[in-house]
Amino acid sequence: MALTGLDIFKQLPKTNCKECGQPTCLAFAMQLASGKTSLDKCPHVSDSAKEVLDSASAPPIALVKIGKGEKELQLGNETVLFRHDKRFEHPTGIAVTVNDTDSDIAGKVQSINKLVFDRVGQIHKVNLVAVKNTSGDTARFAEAVKTVQDNADFALLLISEDAAAMEKALEVAGANAPLICSANAANFDVMLNLAKKYDSPLVVKGTDLNELAALVEKSGYKKLILDSGAREVNKVLADQTQIRRQALKKFRPFGYPTIAFADNADPIQAVVDAGVYIAKYAGIVVLNTSDPADVLPLITLRLNIYTDPQKPIAVESKLYEIGNPGPDAPVFVTTNFSLTYFCVQGDVEAGRFPAYIMPVDTDGISVLTGWAAGKFTPEKITEMLNSCGIADKVSHRKVIIPGGVAVLSGKLKEMSGWDVLVGPRESAGIPSFIKQRWGA
Amino acid sequence: MAVTIAKEKWTSKVGEMVLDADSSVKVGGESTLPFLQFEGDIPNRPVLALEVWDLEPVDWPEILKAPFAGVLADPVAWAKKNVEYGADVVALRLMSAHPDFKNASPEDCAATAKAVADAINVPMIITGCGVEEKDAEVLEKVGEALTGKNCLIGCATEKNYKTVTATAMVNGHSVIASSPLDINLSKQLNILMTEMNLPANRIAIDPLVGALGYGIEYAYSIMERARIGALMGDKMLAMPVICFVGQEAWKAKEAKSTDDESPEWGAQERRSILWEVLTTTTFAQAGGSIFVLRHPESVKQVKVHLDKMMESNAY
Ligand code: B12
Ligand code: SF4
Repeated sequence: MALTGLDIFKQLPKTNCKECGQPTCLAFAMQLASGKTSLDKCPHVSDSAKEVLDSASAPPIALVKIGKGEKELQLGNETVLFRHDKRFEHPTGIAVTVNDTDSDIAGKVQSINKLVFDRVGQIHKVNLVAVKNTSGDTARFAEAVKTVQDNADFALLLISEDAAAMEKALEVAGANAPLICSANAANFDVMLNLAKKYDSPLVVKGTDLNELAALVEKSGYKKLILDSGAREVNKVLADQTQIRRQALKKFRPFGYPTIAFADNADPIQAVVDAGVYIAKYAGIVVLNTSDPADVLPLITLRLNIYTDPQKPIAVESKLYEIGNPGPDAPVFVTTNFSLTYFCVQGDVEAGRFPAYIMPVDTDGISVLTGWAAGKFTPEKITEMLNSCGIADKVSHRKVIIPGGVAVLSGKLKEMSGWDVLVGPRESAGIPSFIKQRWGA
Repeated sequence: MAVTIAKEKWTSKVGEMVLDADSSVKVGGESTLPFLQFEGDIPNRPVLALEVWDLEPVDWPEILKAPFAGVLADPVAWAKKNVEYGADVVALRLMSAHPDFKNASPEDCAATAKAVADAINVPMIITGCGVEEKDAEVLEKVGEALTGKNCLIGCATEKNYKTVTATAMVNGHSVIASSPLDINLSKQLNILMTEMNLPANRIAIDPLVGALGYGIEYAYSIMERARIGALMGDKMLAMPVICFVGQEAWKAKEAKSTDDESPEWGAQERRSILWEVLTTTTFAQAGGSIFVLRHPESVKQVKVHLDKMMESNAY
């Protein structure tokens, strides 16, 4: 909850010295409340007042960073309970686990590095490699951490509740701000000091919400990730919901991102649980699987849930060349909704023939939605055929439209003078359509 | 440090719909957001339906056809198989009515529906072929043939709701009300149908969902908003939500692409089933109550998950 002008005024010196550029302290407070000025403009505000005001104006969930440089992952700054209220800010970080008992650690890390998917023209990937001290052995853990650090394209999450093992691991990896997991009631002081020493983020784990809040309070540290200790999906859902609700109400101990572990013994259920955590507030979800068949659906879910509801992802409306299309290459018409465009592009590429794709500007909506909304019309297609330069690039006058909008063909032919071929309904049918219908 | 559990004080709840001749299956009735037992009641678990077609599907991936080998051309045998596979509900789709396929007559469709209903002991969902005018004619006959069976029939749209609603009222069925991803359109249709005196608890909302990766987020948010509306007392949004997940999930490239075509995506079988399962479980988090699926393994996995989610998480 933001402070009112009056709340702020109470913290100011009330001398009306005008050094802040405002006629009175009250005027300054009002400006500050509406975000039109910043606190540092007042040279006389006391340190204690500054602390009160800073923490009141801080976002309800702190921004926490893991790793450094290119590998850095940012979490937090969330402001809502439901994506439709505004949007979710920082997508859930996906961590994949390597055990220090695994036989080929470097090989496993290589397979994790490959969990990178191209979707709607963007690269989507996992974010962290979790190294777990499954052996319980200190040296072995440090060695595994070294191998992972040397090979991973991602930042590290170090999992051990044994402070001695963590200390050794941090001697290896501490310079890169890994996430230390975790401090609990038993190892608290040592873990906290390690986090401070390496200026690294720290997971605080309670046995329940009450203990978690107490440990956070006690820490006095700001780079925290929260673990309520729940492991069953129904209970994790409840705790994640509580933590988010409380954080938005500015219950300070819960004002940090969370971590959830998808370690259901049933591997399919573990993926399902991870899906719940992505939808419901987890800052990080830790997986035990690196099977792309498990990870792709989760990465896709994350992309969907974290898409800004106010802006569909769109591509630029211009002529795209796939392969090296010549004058007899086919021309496909579609819309500039990213998902639509990339479905078509992917399928054209899968057919392995050069072609032109012409996404009409529909304000980033799909074929049928665009048609129903009057944004994907014969007029607009004609206009783009005339303006994008395609007429100079191809020697034929044939354009292929999506099967879903076959009804457009008559009017389009009439307006544009191009022959209209009605393609398949699904872009997946494009390769066989071309084989059968494009005089090869 | 004691944390005071944050509970919303909802003033209303989702309506409860009963299905089957003996009203043995119930859906809806929640007085809180999905699975938040710490805050309210969740008297009924979501139900899972498996689809049956009255026309052999041609473009289903092999992985989807395999569990139904030998029954895909026989709706009665297929429906029984679905019950064996643990479906709570059988969802018969009268695809043969489609003018582009067999253009089957409403009478023929009704005969098929009756034969299927007589062969199974679980509730039924019966949908037409998706051509609104034809569906109105078909559902009229189907509704008659299944009088008293208390089926869920549809889909009623802005264009054909009058016939479908009338049939449901005369023959004692409930209706699926479809409108494309818009909370106001959905509400509007519910109002029109209740104005014809169809009780509100005999309507299921179909928001026309998209699959994971294909617009799931739109339906997800519409469903969350509808549930919040229902809990705050909007009776015209307080209907259970039905999600036709199977048809959407199995259209996704990620479900259809084979091991050879997309080796970097992992094995098709696991990936396609997860596509259907995760689409379902994500919608369950947004408030879906009735899920129409295609693969028996998906039904099995979603059940295991729902069993867990229905366990109390009260503090
Ligand atoms: C998500 C969605 C929305 C979102 C928009 C998302 C977006 N950015 O597009 C929102 C909620 C905003 C929306 C709104 C509306 N929607 Co809408 N929406 C959908 C939904 C669920 C999915 C659409 C989608 O993203 N599909 C995925 C993309 C990739 O599909 P696609 O663009 O069609 O591309 C595929 C094919 O067409 C083909 N293809 C594409 N290009 C090409 C090119 C060639 C050459 C070939 C061969 C093939 C090909 O391949 C692609 C992959 O298979 C569909 C229902 C459904 N399940 O499909 C309804 C749907 C499209 N919507 C519909 C309607 C009516 C509307 C509204 C008009 C409702 C209203 N009255 O408010 C509004 C209009 C919006 C506006 N005024 O701007 C109807 C359209 C009905 C019709 N046949 O005309 C649909 C079909 C729902 C329905 N069954 O009634 N919608
Ligand atoms: S500078 Fe500070 S003390 Fe001076 S008027 Fe502005 S707010 Fe008041």
